[in-house]
Amino acid sequence: MTSTTDAAFVQTEKIGKTFGVVRALNDATLAFYPGECVGIVGHNGAGKSTLMNILSGVFRNDRGTLYVDGKKVEHHWNTHEAIRHGIRCVFQELSLCPNLSLAENMRLRTSAGNALGWRKQAGAQVIRALDKIFPRHGLGANQIIESLPITKRQMVEIAMAFTPGDHPLKLVILDEPTSSLDEQSAKQLLTYLRDFVSGGGICILISHKMHEVMNYSDRVVVMREGAVIYESDIAQTSAKQVVEAMGQGHTNRDEQAATRVHQAGELQVQARLSAEGLPLKAFQGEIIGLAGLAGHGQTRLLKLIHALHKGRQDRHGNELHTETAFVAGDRQSDGVFGLWSIAKNMSLSWLGKCGRAGMISFAQEDRLIGQWMEKLRVKTPDMNLPISSLSGGNQQKVLFARALGADAPMILMDDPTRGVDVGTKYEVYGIVRSQADEGRTFLWYTTEFEELYHCDRIYVMNEGEIVGEIANANLSEGELFRLSFKELA
Amino acid sequence: MSDTRVSPWNGLRNSYWLSAWVATAVVLIATTLFNAGRGGPSLGPLLTTALSFSTFTVLVSLGQMLVITSGPGNIDLSIPSVIALSGALSMGAMQSSNGLIALGILVALASGMAVGIVNFLLIRLLKIPPIIATMASALIVLSCAIAYGRGMRTAPPALLAKMLVARIDYVPVFSIFAMAVTLLVWLLLTRTIYGRALCAIGQNRNAARLAGVKTDFHVLLTYAISGALAGLTGCLIASYSGGNSLDQGNEYLLLTVAVVVIGGTSVAGGRASLGGIWGGALFMFLLVALLNTAGASAGFRTLLTGVIIVMVAALTERRQTR
Amino acid sequence: MRHFRAHITRLLSAITFAILLGLIYRNQSLALSYLGLTLLLGASVPIVFATLAQMMMVSVGDLDLSIGPFISMCAAIGAIILPNSPWLAALLYVLAIGVYVFCGVLIHVRRLSSIVVTLGLSFVWLGFALLLVPSPGGQAPQYLVDLMAWQPPFVPLPVLFAILAALIGYFIFNITVFGTVVRGFGGNPKVIERSGRSSLGIHAAVYALAGVFGIVSGLLLLGQTTSADANQATSYTLISIASVILGGGEFVGGKVYALGSVFGALTMTLATSFLNFYQVSSDWQVAMQGIILIVALSLRTAIGYSGKPA
Repeated sequence: MTSTTDAAFVQTEKIGKTFGVVRALNDATLAFYPGECVGIVGHNGAGKSTLMNILSGVFRNDRGTLYVDGKKVEHHWNTHEAIRHGIRCVFQELSLCPNLSLAENMRLRTSAGNALGWRKQAGAQVIRALDKIFPRHGLGANQIIESLPITKRQMVEIAMAFTPGDHPLKLVILDEPTSSLDEQSAKQLLTYLRDFVSGGGICILISHKMHEVMNYSDRVVVMREGAVIYESDIAQTSAKQVVEAMGQGHTNRDEQAATRVHQAGELQVQARLSAEGLPLKAFQGEIIGLAGLAGHGQTRLLKLIHALHKGRQDRHGNELHTETAFVAGDRQSDGVFGLWSIAKNMSLSWLGKCGRAGMISFAQEDRLIGQWMEKLRVKTPDMNLPISSLSGGNQQKVLFARALGADAPMILMDDPTRGVDVGTKYEVYGIVRSQADEGRTFLWYTTEFEELYHCDRIYVMNEGEIVGEIANANLSEGELFRLSFKELA
Repeated sequence: MSDTRVSPWNGLRNSYWLSAWVATAVVLIATTLFNAGRGGPSLGPLLTTALSFSTFTVLVSLGQMLVITSGPGNIDLSIPSVIALSGALSMGAMQSSNGLIALGILVALASGMAVGIVNFLLIRLLKIPPIIATMASALIVLSCAIAYGRGMRTAPPALLAKMLVARIDYVPVFSIFAMAVTLLVWLLLTRTIYGRALCAIGQNRNAARLAGVKTDFHVLLTYAISGALAGLTGCLIASYSGGNSLDQGNEYLLLTVAVVVIGGTSVAGGRASLGGIWGGALFMFLLVALLNTAGASAGFRTLLTGVIIVMVAALTERRQTR
Repeated sequence: MRHFRAHITRLLSAITFAILLGLIYRNQSLALSYLGLTLLLGASVPIVFATLAQMMMVSVGDLDLSIGPFISMCAAIGAIILPNSPWLAALLYVLAIGVYVFCGVLIHVRRLSSIVVTLGLSFVWLGFALLLVPSPGGQAPQYLVDLMAWQPPFVPLPVLFAILAALIGYFIFNITVFGTVVRGFGGNPKVIERSGRSSLGIHAAVYALAGVFGIVSGLLLLGQTTSADANQATSYTLISIASVILGGGEFVGGKVYALGSVFGALTMTLATSFLNFYQVSSDWQVAMQGIILIVALSLRTAIGYSGKPA
């Protein structure tokens, strides 16, 4: 609980930060006290990540003052200084060396001495940390990071952030920490956070998942357009009030869209990752959901389907009868072209439509781009700006436009609403449903349970196989869990 | 090209190749002044020689540029060997006869393209990293060139040799031909799907594939074009020098990379800069010529060339990711 | 199964080497004798150290296109200056390392491509070498010649040097913390920066070490050839790159394997002399290295281990 007698450990006073033309942060005034977990919510582009980057030393604020441990922060503030003062950060992008082992990565974060047994020491340290937060994690100290699925990598990342080292551990910032975790480890983490703050630590939890914020934090802060617009103790507010403060309607399960009434057409695809397990079947005009614990093959299955050749059976008997387009969820590695503008990123999949005989017509291209920018409300003053000028959520919109604007009759979506604000999510759901009504097929992998309500049928995956199928009418979290953890015969 | 639809003035200001041209101009002026004092060739003839030799460099560097743009660390190290082999093959096909010139050029293009396709297959099917794959094929192609062309004394057809020294004023005719090829490549890069696809593949091949780009086809095309250009150049060099010699291509190994990079193309891939290729090629030639005239020893010339490459790289390269 | 395949991939160069050696033995059983191995693998001694130098570069994701000419230059210094003025030679060697470090710093600070800078550097080294030995000449110091002619008991000299190089490489990269930091820097430089270490210092140290190994290679080469030639080690550049890759290394950085690289160097050395035993025309000797590279690396693909999950 908040302790008002203790001084704030970190205080921001009218902090502002501008990137080029975009004012990412504007007059943010906040304080963080020992022993509390503060949940920060807001749309994409609201300034949450920018604020956290300033606290953790990645950026320096243009305006306002930052106080850490009672002292005003001068110009030397950087990531190492932040770490020295006890501020740690778990980013959305991993900060581990993928080619090294757990023990080696641990050693890089400390200066535990160069004695001959340093590997064993560091290994024990990281396993200890993992044991504390994620019991039964099943990891070994000498495993190489890149050989682990992303869920486990995120677990290692988090465990290392909470490991005491050379420097104190006072404040931990977690930016969407459960986005790469499955339900079980997410719960383990959130439970651990409560332990951590009860011991006097501070935790800042940035999350799109309302239930996480409401159930695990002491205070909630709502940000919008770079400013703090609402702040309250959890005990004195409710999810509804928080959402209202965010300025958009929030749909809880009771308000989910009714089951779609539609005529399923011909078989579009039949595929599975291995010889065991049920095959995924999708018919034209359906919205098929993929669920199950994160990292159990959903993305792999989607990519496998995307790589199949139309009309031909591969040697496992998988068949695909239509063209596919892919919406990436892992933007950096699967979606975005960093050197290019927003426009070029969007149109890459449509270029066949924008000209003749291999040449491109710039006029046609610009027209199509303009249409989609409007449809998805991509927030930018100029479509020729570099894609890096957009916030993560807006970048995701560009990737949606790229796939939806292509002519492919089937769209594969790899957990695409990660990091996307609620307003855009509802835009996307609407577009998906209406396009499905017109005959487009969607395969939709999502880690957010509520989204499964938009699907006609849901396949549950476990360890790379489909272990069950749930019809929309029978969908419930219990049923989903039951299938996700089902022991394989 | 990074974003050619940004305003032209912006494009000019951000251009990576401008410095290459400035450096070239400086060296050209320096050489002319130097020569004027010593009775060496004046600006006109100097320009002719410079353009003649640079044209060969430009032709192969265009191919190298495309390969480098196709991805981080991609280089075509087989260019010198292709030059040697195709030079030998085309001389052998033409047998000094004017009527067989077309055949000779076809053989040169085809042999170069074949090596390019083999390079691609090594990279794609056998999953060998491009540097190693082109290195390995270079060794094998060189052996073929040695086995076939050793001791070959066939002279080039007279007509071809004459065309290569023909000039309009001080500009060699075949430099104009090379400028036309440059223009074609420019169109390819900026106006076609191939160009867009190449830059996408160079930045993030995985994302390009997921976005529906036919990565294999476009990379195959890239290596084929590079090989074909190297093949053509081999035939032309052999004809220009009066006959094929097996080490005529050796200097182009590092030279093409130097020219492409000095011209502004990113070695990390995904960003091609055509404008500086001519500037880079001319600069490299004129520099050596200037030093030659100044009586510098081979060692000093080489040393200074190296220092200047490093300096130019240090001054003009920006925002690399290694 | 996955771990097994991972190990096989990394030992691929060792397997290839064994196969080549076996094929030579089939043709000429004396090849596996003490003298036979000394002759067969003699040329590998400087190459193995060139490979160590290249390993340093590849470990941080860079590439050194200048190592060949650098080694020629070091040999030239050893032949021309070392016999008469050892202190001057030592000074020159230190300066050479300084130039390497300068380039490493330049590359780091200006975020340049190592390919381009070392390309220019290769001309610089070649130029110096040409200034020293415009035509082949000079005289190796007697102690170097004696060293390379030494016949140690039981183990042929080249094998001894190979073991030494492998141990040095393994020690640096797998035992010391420095080596882990270097590999970490190659894998994700941001992590190193965030940990407060000086990534500039690491980059500089790596380039300095590469220079040191290059000097060693040059001196050993000189001991073998007894005189210097500005072009004698030019091919070492590509051979060293191939050896590191054969040994399991990757250009992306952070992944180098000492044992594998040394075996890679030995394999590349054998590849050239291999044909002599089978009476194939020397025209194809050059191709042999290419063929070995292709076969060995396709084997790696065939075994199919990529190291990453989906």
